[in-house]
Amino acid sequence: MNHLPLIIKREYLTKVKNKSFIVMTFLSPLIMIALIAVVAYLSQLNNDKQRTISVLDETGYLKGEFQNTENTTYTSLDGLSLEDAIALVKEKEDYGLLYFGKASSLDGVAGNVKFYSEDSPSLSVISSLERKIEKRLKEKKLELDGVSIAQIEASQTNIEIAQESFEGEKSSKIDNIVKLAFGGAAGYLLFMFIIIYGNMIMRSVIEEKTSRIIEVIISSVKPIQLMMGKIIGTSLAGVTQFAIWVVLGGVLLFVVSAIFGIDLAQVQSPQQEMVNQAMQADGAQAMAENLITAISNLPMTNLIIAFLFFFIGGYLLYSSLYAAIGAAVDNETDTQQFMLPILMPLILAVYVGVFTVIEDPHGTVSTVFSFVPLTSPVVMLMRIPFGVPLWQQGLSLLLLIGTFIFAVWFAAKIYRVGILMYGKKPTYKELFKWLKY
Amino acid sequence: MNDLLVADSVSKSFGNFKALNQVSIAVPKGSIFGLLGPNGAGKTTLIRIINQITMPDAGAVLLDGQPLKPEHIRDIGYLPEERGLYKSMKVGEQCLYLAQLKGLSKTEAKERLKYWFDKLEIGDWWNKKIQELSKGQAQKIQFIVTVLHQPKLLIFDEPFSGFDPINANLIKDEILQLRDEGATVIFSTHRMESVEELCDHIALIHKSNKVLDGKLNDIKRQFKTNTFEVGLESLNKDKVFSEIQDKFEVLPATFKNLNDDIKLNIKLGEQASPNDLLSFLTSKAEVHHFVEVIPSASDIFIQTVKNN
Repeated sequence: MNHLPLIIKREYLTKVKNKSFIVMTFLSPLIMIALIAVVAYLSQLNNDKQRTISVLDETGYLKGEFQNTENTTYTSLDGLSLEDAIALVKEKEDYGLLYFGKASSLDGVAGNVKFYSEDSPSLSVISSLERKIEKRLKEKKLELDGVSIAQIEASQTNIEIAQESFEGEKSSKIDNIVKLAFGGAAGYLLFMFIIIYGNMIMRSVIEEKTSRIIEVIISSVKPIQLMMGKIIGTSLAGVTQFAIWVVLGGVLLFVVSAIFGIDLAQVQSPQQEMVNQAMQADGAQAMAENLITAISNLPMTNLIIAFLFFFIGGYLLYSSLYAAIGAAVDNETDTQQFMLPILMPLILAVYVGVFTVIEDPHGTVSTVFSFVPLTSPVVMLMRIPFGVPLWQQGLSLLLLIGTFIFAVWFAAKIYRVGILMYGKKPTYKELFKWLKY
Repeated sequence: MNDLLVADSVSKSFGNFKALNQVSIAVPKGSIFGLLGPNGAGKTTLIRIINQITMPDAGAVLLDGQPLKPEHIRDIGYLPEERGLYKSMKVGEQCLYLAQLKGLSKTEAKERLKYWFDKLEIGDWWNKKIQELSKGQAQKIQFIVTVLHQPKLLIFDEPFSGFDPINANLIKDEILQLRDEGATVIFSTHRMESVEELCDHIALIHKSNKVLDGKLNDIKRQFKTNTFEVGLESLNKDKVFSEIQDKFEVLPATFKNLNDDIKLNIKLGEQASPNDLLSFLTSKAEVHHFVEVIPSASDIFIQTVKNN
């Protein structure tokens, strides 16, 4: 008798109908969007703030350098003494006073710049001022040495190395960033999925133990069927939740940005900044073109198929371990000691993915970890956009499937014994003994 | 083939602990079979083996003459001692789910559930969640789920725990009715009075070994000591007492009676007939009370366990 569909259906419906699941499903994207909107709004607020900076230049070298910008107004206080200037700035409640002390040479000026203010000034203001001054002084020095600025500007050359593989595939810098984004997203998605829904499976196994229904159920179905039904049912619920998050998140993001007119692109993550830097090299037009070619350059079919296999394989591997933990203990607080060995390889995989794959996608470390079954799903998913030979993917997948089958066997053993054990927190030694029952 | 279930020298160990040692039982068709034993004797292990939850290390279990196979779970209804239901699931949904796991179709399960819900007058529980029910109420649902697929063999492990006397009686009557309709019942409990009331056959397991089995009446015959409880009335109590004491082995007895009697347990030799005792007693005093002492299931249980 195959009860698997029945069990899957029950697990799915119970999860989906659960109140806290529903609340989480619809509230999470709201909270996320609200958070993003608040951050965006605040950073915009910060950018919009008007500042007045007074400048007291006793050297005369920097005349005309400080032009008013959108957010900053510069007022020159030339002719006043330092004390008067400070008093005046205080009274006007200016942002601060930039002071160049008397100096006989350009180097002397550089050593004698001060910024007076009520509160300590923001880092970005100071560094922008520093950049301005450095540029000005450099130009002055060059002029003194008889070099004209125009000459320097004319001599500047922009280089971009065109990349092409031996097979004739063209690529560019943007390619790597796109690959990184795709690989990283896939690996990270898997990581999140395992953590969230693996835990859910574990809790559901524990619930069956604490409600003592387990013996009733397994007098009707095989423990392994129950376990697989749980894993698949919970995963389907997870996929449903994820899909709702993506759709709802997208819609909300659109609505919020439309209503509040907040330019969400201003909220930048470090990755986006990298993209932006790459963008600056080209014009926006060329950039868009590059992006499209970069995406179309990706081994899409391979990527999608590999994603499906590694995602499912990796997820099932970890969730059967989670199920085994749930079966071994009586309540959630007892799970801690068993969680560590599961979380370690998972976190390791993400670290390897983030630090090593980016540096050298085909280096020894990346390659090895993309074969080790517990880390391979995450690491391999990150590597694949950079082009991994099919035999490597196949071998890694084979290892993963082999380990998965072993893990299911192992988990089923633990499960079969563990679900009928009450009242005692098992040790690793006892778990090992259970395998032989 | 008159035995529905036969366990033949079943052994099971967990690590170094031997839970069952060559245990054999035969459960006759249509009987109520009491599986008795102190806590930790191995009853639950045996029941789990019958339910194919665990596999025996050695020995075989036959159901209806065939070695146990996965299809047999449809023929068995099991109410474990450690039982529960999904707390946040609705009663109706849950019953349907568990019935379907036992191989019933959804429509069939619905029909039978309706019958049982009407019979036990709990129709309005259908949409309640289990956590809204009391423990006894949940037990009723559990009972229905156990018997719903009309199994040949019913296994009840402490079925009356959590029930008030009225509901315990109700369930007892249902069990008897199921037996009359042809089901065979294995009944595991520590409540000896219900063993007395229900069981035709018993087996006693102690420290992983079967130490006793057979028809309850045969076992009682085996355990009886030819002892009679008597109540006598006489004007000369002391004389009568010493005369009896000279002739028979006598122990004091306690039972309720209207008169201020001589109350005695008199043990006869193997061959002696109760008629001889009775005629001796009538010649000495007025006999108000004369009963053969029949060992109760509880006495047999305690005696066997202590002697082993």
